[in-house]
Amino acid sequence: MTENNNKQLSEKLDEMERIKGESNYLRGTITEGLSDAVTGAISEEDTKILKFHGSYQQDDRDLRDERRRQKLEPAYSFMIRVKVPGGTVTPDQWQAMDDIADEYANGTLKLTTRQAFQFHGILKRNLKHSMQNINNAVMDSLAACGDVNRNVMCNPNAYQSKVQQEVNTFADEISDHLTPRTGAYHEIWLDEEKIHDTRDEEEVEPVYGKTYLPRKFKIGIAVPPSNDIDVYSQDLGFIAIIEAGQLTGFNISIGGGMGMTHGNTDTYPQVGRVIGYCPKNSVKEVAEKIVTIQRDYGNRTDRKKARFKYTVDAKGVDWIRAELNSRLGWELNDAKEFQFDHNGDRYGWTKGSGRWHFTLFIQNGRIKNTANYQLKTALREIAGIHTGDFRLTPNQNLIIANVTAQKKKQIQEIIDEYGITDGENYSGLRRNSMACVAFPTCGLAMAESERYLPSLINKIEEILDEAGINEEEITIRMSGCPNGCSRPALAEIAFIGKAPGKYNMYLGGGFKGDRLNKLYKENIGEAEILESLHPILLQYGKEKFEGEHFGDFVIRAGIVEAVHSGQYFHN
Amino acid sequence: MQLTVTNSPFNEAQTEKINQILPTLTPEQKIWLSGYLAANQQSVSESVFDTPSPEVAEYLMNTENPSKTREVTILFGSETGNAQSLAELMEGRLKENDFTVKSSALDDFKPKDLKKAEDLLIISATHGEGEPPENAVSFYEFLHSRKAPKLDDLRFSVLALGDQSYEHFCQTGKDFDNRLDELGGQRISPRADCDLDFDEPADEWMNGVLNAISTPSDEHGTAVKEPEHSHADNQSVYSRTNPYRAEILENINLNGRGSNKEVRHIELSLEEFGQTFEPGDCLGVYPENNSSLVNQLIGMLNWNPESKVKINSRGDSLTLSEALTSHFEITKLTKPLITKAAEIFGNNALKEKVDEEGWIQNYIEGRDLIDLLNDFPASDLQPEALVQILRKLPAREYSIASSYEANPEEVHLTISTVRYNAHNRDRSGVCSVQFAEHLEPGDTVPVYLKRNPNFKFPLDEDTPVIMIGPGTGVAPFRSYLEERDELGLEGQTWLFFGEQHFTTDFLYQTEWQSLLKDGVLSRLDLAFSRDSDEKIYVHHLIEQNSKDFYQWLNDGAVLYVCGDEKRMAKDVHQVIRKVLEKEGGMDENAAENYLTQMKKEKRYQRDVY
Repeated sequence: MTENNNKQLSEKLDEMERIKGESNYLRGTITEGLSDAVTGAISEEDTKILKFHGSYQQDDRDLRDERRRQKLEPAYSFMIRVKVPGGTVTPDQWQAMDDIADEYANGTLKLTTRQAFQFHGILKRNLKHSMQNINNAVMDSLAACGDVNRNVMCNPNAYQSKVQQEVNTFADEISDHLTPRTGAYHEIWLDEEKIHDTRDEEEVEPVYGKTYLPRKFKIGIAVPPSNDIDVYSQDLGFIAIIEAGQLTGFNISIGGGMGMTHGNTDTYPQVGRVIGYCPKNSVKEVAEKIVTIQRDYGNRTDRKKARFKYTVDAKGVDWIRAELNSRLGWELNDAKEFQFDHNGDRYGWTKGSGRWHFTLFIQNGRIKNTANYQLKTALREIAGIHTGDFRLTPNQNLIIANVTAQKKKQIQEIIDEYGITDGENYSGLRRNSMACVAFPTCGLAMAESERYLPSLINKIEEILDEAGINEEEITIRMSGCPNGCSRPALAEIAFIGKAPGKYNMYLGGGFKGDRLNKLYKENIGEAEILESLHPILLQYGKEKFEGEHFGDFVIRAGIVEAVHSGQYFHN
Repeated sequence: MQLTVTNSPFNEAQTEKINQILPTLTPEQKIWLSGYLAANQQSVSESVFDTPSPEVAEYLMNTENPSKTREVTILFGSETGNAQSLAELMEGRLKENDFTVKSSALDDFKPKDLKKAEDLLIISATHGEGEPPENAVSFYEFLHSRKAPKLDDLRFSVLALGDQSYEHFCQTGKDFDNRLDELGGQRISPRADCDLDFDEPADEWMNGVLNAISTPSDEHGTAVKEPEHSHADNQSVYSRTNPYRAEILENINLNGRGSNKEVRHIELSLEEFGQTFEPGDCLGVYPENNSSLVNQLIGMLNWNPESKVKINSRGDSLTLSEALTSHFEITKLTKPLITKAAEIFGNNALKEKVDEEGWIQNYIEGRDLIDLLNDFPASDLQPEALVQILRKLPAREYSIASSYEANPEEVHLTISTVRYNAHNRDRSGVCSVQFAEHLEPGDTVPVYLKRNPNFKFPLDEDTPVIMIGPGTGVAPFRSYLEERDELGLEGQTWLFFGEQHFTTDFLYQTEWQSLLKDGVLSRLDLAFSRDSDEKIYVHHLIEQNSKDFYQWLNDGAVLYVCGDEKRMAKDVHQVIRKVLEKEGGMDENAAENYLTQMKKEKRYQRDVY
């Protein structure tokens, strides 16, 4: 292949490279593993290939020890992540997802930080049924995980006129173009005939090749002034440029990414850098060429350093731009002017493009019924009468979009009946909160996240009340491990799990998602978290300038230093 | 012993020769000689009696001991091995008293030899609804058929084993007893019917038989010898009547959260036990009644829990509370209990009821002593009177789930916790719930070893083994595979297991996984009945794999079935017959004969309950 890959052959390739290469384009022995009735798991190598199919093998970590003593294997189940480019689904699709949640999963739906659906707790014997039902809803999970381009994010705010609709079609196009071409998914899950593939690598996977990318690859499209998709956290970000009300093209941001490894300062979160502008019709081509640069130059010997951001930082932004221009055969324009205001969501009813849109606050993206809050049932009822669509937001919230004036009243009645909320009564902190799944299902979690953040916010709210800043919009994010699914490195207040009940606390991220935060306290528990935040929030309440965000304030007040590049994150 | 003309049937010259040679014989030679002479008994005795020499005739006249020349035949019908072990005990006692004895299972005895039998002892359990045990069925049928011979020369006695809580208590023993009488046999001594606590009555029956067939003592004869192991000596030999207190090492619920079931894995220490066991054997456990039931019972009678009551005919006593906890059964009713209760309760309603046809059997189903006292309150009932109508708390016997070879100082049990509601009260299995709720590691329980000669496994590498054990029926197969693993045996083994749910009820899942990985278990097929719309059970799996299953049988596989009898074992039997019909081209009769032949060859063994 390329010069770089040939060089890497002399070093020891990561084990995952061998597994991908031998998987016969993502087949592995998954089919055999599914039919092994003695275990609820599949083989370890297959679990790695399964990710490319949008599914993780997990187990209930709460029960691991107990079951070991009971001579039972771990309570294995599978997570399926359903790709939703731009987060837009029809009411029928919503109902199909709701059905799968009840029939095969744990009765809940998770809206992810990348605008996808996640099912948890699917048993091996139901995995295929679930995949087929997803397919029947004209959706799929292929490449929702794995070393490929993931769900393409896109600003979902339908009220921002027809530009948003147009941008969403670009998200769909990029997503389609970068979806693996292997027949494995259809053979394994949809019982399509196995074809003995004798074509060569370039024909089977023209973009990826047989070992796919060195690591996951994330693309998102922002529509200013909203940076809800956290464009600087993406491996490849596109920023829509609107001139005279028309979408003309995109600024291109490269090399952002959240993940790092505790104790390894060679790893760090990074913000993307804008390298230029391309006309809108070349966006697919640009995406493909950047992906191939990462394919050819990404690190395949150390997965901890394999994300595109490290390639960008190692080669330099200028080198990447030159390589891109050369692969394109034409040159990028200079970046154009744009302005971001925020990276959160705007709740409640809004009007745009002649339709109504209701943004619903969903705590940590979890759609479920509890005794007091029948959110899942309410949404299912709304899906039953809704004629527009649903939008999954990058902040794990939900927009009931494109509601006609006539349906608005009916939908409002359901909203009232079930008391589902736009978060209006919540603090600005809670409305801007985000947590990943973590325990009990996520195999990577070191500490609680989704199950813990709401109660921590309760306690911080007492401080907010005392400081008189309850209404202040402050982003707070928690991740159970440093992989950073909730994009914690960009939050004004962030927690990254270290051990059960212990977190690193970070302060000073940019409200617009444009600046990394800084480690403030290491490995602390709840008491110390509250004790540390207390004086800072009180000070903020007293000393903040008009319109000054918390993340900016802690830097002005000298509480933490500003971090403008990940390479200085650990300094 | 020095033989003389007066203490033996020999003449001077004979005694001299015998006395010369006897001291020179090694013990082995003596045993050989006695066996040689015994084997020729028939011809010897015939010639003796046809033309007795004067010396022999004189001796016989002096001793009047013709019985010792008759042969005793002991036949047993054993379901769980009790009848067989009693038969062995009886055989030993007869031999100690110099009788010639033949012993076998009822079905291993050739019907045509029945006419030749002289003294016949039948020891038989009763099975299910009054049916004969598996290894007695064909003899039972023969005896009750027109082909049964007249048995005018036969002397016999029957020891019947049973459980009073069943309607057809000791029925098989009763049937044998009546039938032998009908055919002209003479009773040596009356039949004894034993409840679960059979040791004492069985002992009495044995003494009765021995006394009746031995000559009453005179100057030459000897009294019947006491059994070798009497109550007094040998306390270190643990047995049913002298149980070992085993310490609990582990007590684990094998079912994951959300299960409808609670199956306990119990590990007991056998450190000082001193006996070995084999896969297939059982462990008896003496349980205690739940203290809340005991308190409730004593409370409703308004008695003093500390008052002393006699618990047996020997006059041993315990406090009322202790007696009802550890000595007497209070969770089951039996027909004799109700009959006697009607006499001592002073309750007219009960008196009337017991005379109603079938009322008792219907009433005792699912009820206990507390129900009886609630429904028919007793007046002026004294503790002594009540405990006299109670039977002894029986031991529970469980298939051992571990291998002696692998864990010689431990024994493992797999116990399903029994809880149910009947007649508007929640009820608990005495032993299983004691383990589930009251016993912890460090506590001890009285146990004894119970061999199961009808469930024996091959320990070679050439015999393929098929094991069908859903639920707790899998216990003996864990023992067997653990033993094969320990002995490093290779070979073909195939296990069928079933339960309700894969996630929560896959008993010993991780152990099977590693046995599969190591090749100790060649194949494992699973039926989880409640994981799919259509209920799948182990017999469905056999059907689905009929080709392989038949191939295994053809290759000489030995087949084991353990677990629920009424449905599982029956369904499995039928489906195997179907496999033989489908894959082996047999008709129904041929298939059934094939299975019967397998049973005879011990290639089809069952431990079902």
